[in-house]
Amino acid sequence: MKPAAFEYRRVTTVAEAVKLLRETPDAKIIAGGQSLVPLMNFRLTRPSLLVDVNGVKALQHVGWDGAYLRIGSLVRHQQIADHAEIQKHFPVLTVAAKHIGHWAIRNRGTIGGSLAHADPASEWSAATVTLQAEIDVEGPQGIHMVPASEFFLGYYSTVVQPDELIVAVRIPYPKFRIGFAEMARRRGDFALAGAYVEDAGNGEGFVTWFGVADKPVRVPTLLPDNMETRREAWQQALETLAIADDSKPRLHLAVQMAERAWQHSRFDGARYLSEEAGGNQPL
Amino acid sequence: MNSRVPLKLTVNGETFDIEVEPRWLLSDVLRHQLGLVGTHVGCEQGACGACTVLIDGKPERSCLTFAIQVEGQQITTVEGLTRDENLTPLQEAFSEHHALQCGYCTPGMLLTATALLRLEPHPNERQVREALSGNVCRCTGYQFIVDAILAVAGDTKEDAR
Repeated sequence: MKPAAFEYRRVTTVAEAVKLLRETPDAKIIAGGQSLVPLMNFRLTRPSLLVDVNGVKALQHVGWDGAYLRIGSLVRHQQIADHAEIQKHFPVLTVAAKHIGHWAIRNRGTIGGSLAHADPASEWSAATVTLQAEIDVEGPQGIHMVPASEFFLGYYSTVVQPDELIVAVRIPYPKFRIGFAEMARRRGDFALAGAYVEDAGNGEGFVTWFGVADKPVRVPTLLPDNMETRREAWQQALETLAIADDSKPRLHLAVQMAERAWQHSRFDGARYLSEEAGGNQPL
Repeated sequence: MNSRVPLKLTVNGETFDIEVEPRWLLSDVLRHQLGLVGTHVGCEQGACGACTVLIDGKPERSCLTFAIQVEGQQITTVEGLTRDENLTPLQEAFSEHHALQCGYCTPGMLLTATALLRLEPHPNERQVREALSGNVCRCTGYQFIVDAILAVAGDTKEDAR
């Protein structure tokens, strides 16, 4: 099918975008469009106005100040995958980025778009919850910062209001070692289940699943050395989540992904990247 | 809302003055307004890769981009890989290695591989497979496509791209 008719406006500032969103309640922001356009092609959504923010320079930067990584909402997944400083300080984000869609999708899709779309299987949504990021949202009253733990409300829904847009994500330097794992039928497909695991080094840590519940939640967990007791800990952590599809295979996969993510958390950055790629060759 | 708006679209180095509805996808404008039917449309949801074109040199899905969005950017379709009737070395390699059968996925494969070879002139097999993972082929089983790209990548001639 083809999208329904809409009006199209290109903007160069966030203020212009907010003004248009305010004037037209069913307007939508288009950034990469890699989730929005399929929905429009199938007429699952039909906004009357598309506000194109691809020309807003202020949303396109990645900055690292030694304490915080700031990623503008218009930064493409592939830019994050290729970013040397992100790879050095946040290798888990480099690995996660490479699991998003395929090359052509990553070249256009943006981190802000992923967060706004809030697919429960999104690698970025769970990353922001894991890393306790703040998401900067701008609306008519200016910018406010939302902790990632309060940002996602459930399937495809967030606290962002119709006249607001995401401008940046601020990620503090991680306190703990972090690992990532995901399972999809084919590389690039949506995850059947995935997990980020943080190891505090004292037998405790956190696990944040994606593609399992209706939104990513950071759950405290024990991390015993013994694999059998660790599996029990993953299962207990899972039971704290509201999981609609609690079929055995789904839960089994969630436990497996947590275990694999924990194992990845024990690697050093460079080794982590190459182990994740399944050998000594970079992806 | 169905009214058309003027658009300057630069495809394969040539700028076209056309009128489009904002809702028209780049893939459809290339095919129906410009007659560049080398860009194939498969799934229209970004999954199959048949519609892949280069936008400012990067492979992107033309079915997930509105034509009106890419004004001022350089679009390359399969027709733009060569200026004349000849084949590029990559296309020759596809022919030699039987890297196509029905041909539906081929334009997307060629553009993805062209972008890969510009970025990484001597990719290994893993990099080729990773780059092609977003392009679905239902005929060849991929092996011959990978073979063709690796054959060109091994070619030391500078004009191989």
